[in-house]
Amino acid sequence: MVKIIIGLICLLIILFSPVGYNVITGRTGYIPLLKTPQYQGDCVEGTIYMRKRHMEVLERWRNAYVRDGIKRYVSINGIYNISLTGTCLKCHSNKAEFCDRCHDYGGIKPGCWDCHHIPEIKAEK
Amino acid sequence: MNRRDFLKFAGVLAFGIAAHQSVNLISQSRARDEKKSTKAWAMAISFSACARREGCRDCIDICHLIHNVPEFDNPKDGLRWIWASPYESVFADQTNPFNRGMLKNLSVLCLCNHCDNPPCVKVCPTKATWKREDGIVMMDYHRCIGCRYCMAACPYGARSFNWRDPRPFIKNINKDYPNRMKGVVEKCNFCEERLSQGLIPACVDICPEKALIFGDLNDPDSEVSKVLRARFSIQRRPYLATGPRVFYIF
Repeated sequence: MVKIIIGLICLLIILFSPVGYNVITGRTGYIPLLKTPQYQGDCVEGTIYMRKRHMEVLERWRNAYVRDGIKRYVSINGIYNISLTGTCLKCHSNKAEFCDRCHDYGGIKPGCWDCHHIPEIKAEK
Repeated sequence: MNRRDFLKFAGVLAFGIAAHQSVNLISQSRARDEKKSTKAWAMAISFSACARREGCRDCIDICHLIHNVPEFDNPKDGLRWIWASPYESVFADQTNPFNRGMLKNLSVLCLCNHCDNPPCVKVCPTKATWKREDGIVMMDYHRCIGCRYCMAACPYGARSFNWRDPRPFIKNINKDYPNRMKGVVEKCNFCEERLSQGLIPACVDICPEKALIFGDLNDPDSEVSKVLRARFSIQRRPYLATGPRVFYIF
């Protein structure tokens, strides 16, 4: 009986060691801090929607542009050219501190950048 | 729930699904009608005008520059969207010995023929390549799985495969256009991205001899229609019934 309890405690310690590590290093409440764009205005859709659904928007854009030949996106915020490098990254120009922060945190590796280019980061004023 | 209620519920549900599907179908077909294009893009290439500048590579260089086509030292790795080949290999089926003698040193410009009946499209297992309404045979590099069936099917050698990661071999990257990745097939897209902005293909635009003529075959007043009506033209291997949209004039 004692052996079983010791075993269970060991198991629990191992299971929760990542949480313990975060508590010790003071990173329990960690959320990735993003460098939001300099440009003061709306994204192609609302911020909360984009935060949750940007991958779906990008997939729709991709299919619309490549397969259906639709080159413009009309939303309540305006009319946009469908372009990852030309539209998204024009504002979100700092990929390392915007895209990558969250993707690294979530362990997500999007394949976009194998082919699409990252514009150079403009000097901040 | 008794049996009667269940049947009622199932009936309403089935009706709902059917209604939803039919509404979807109607809206889809309407959307398809709206974007029907009346264009039929085609190109005519003049042997004589092209031959006036020996060794000119302007069209090839500009195409490969704007589309991020890499350059490899080993020709086995090579990628090409537009290229020049000797007359006797491009038109190997033109067996007239006098023409062959006359055109012996002629270098012929080749690119994807954007066939009317493209064999590459038929064999593609993922629909990564397809024919658009305006006749352009498009590639969706996101979908290509690199099986290379299309390369086997294409009788013109217009498609090439990325055996290696191309990015390190692109000398000057054009950031406005993506490159491709290892394991996909690529080819000429008739400058689809320029056409959508109202521009003509870059090779046509840059040619100093105006040897390339581009336009809409459905428009009888377009330059290409006029040229093809007025002058004798040949196609590459027309007997294969692929219906090439690239014509060669003398």
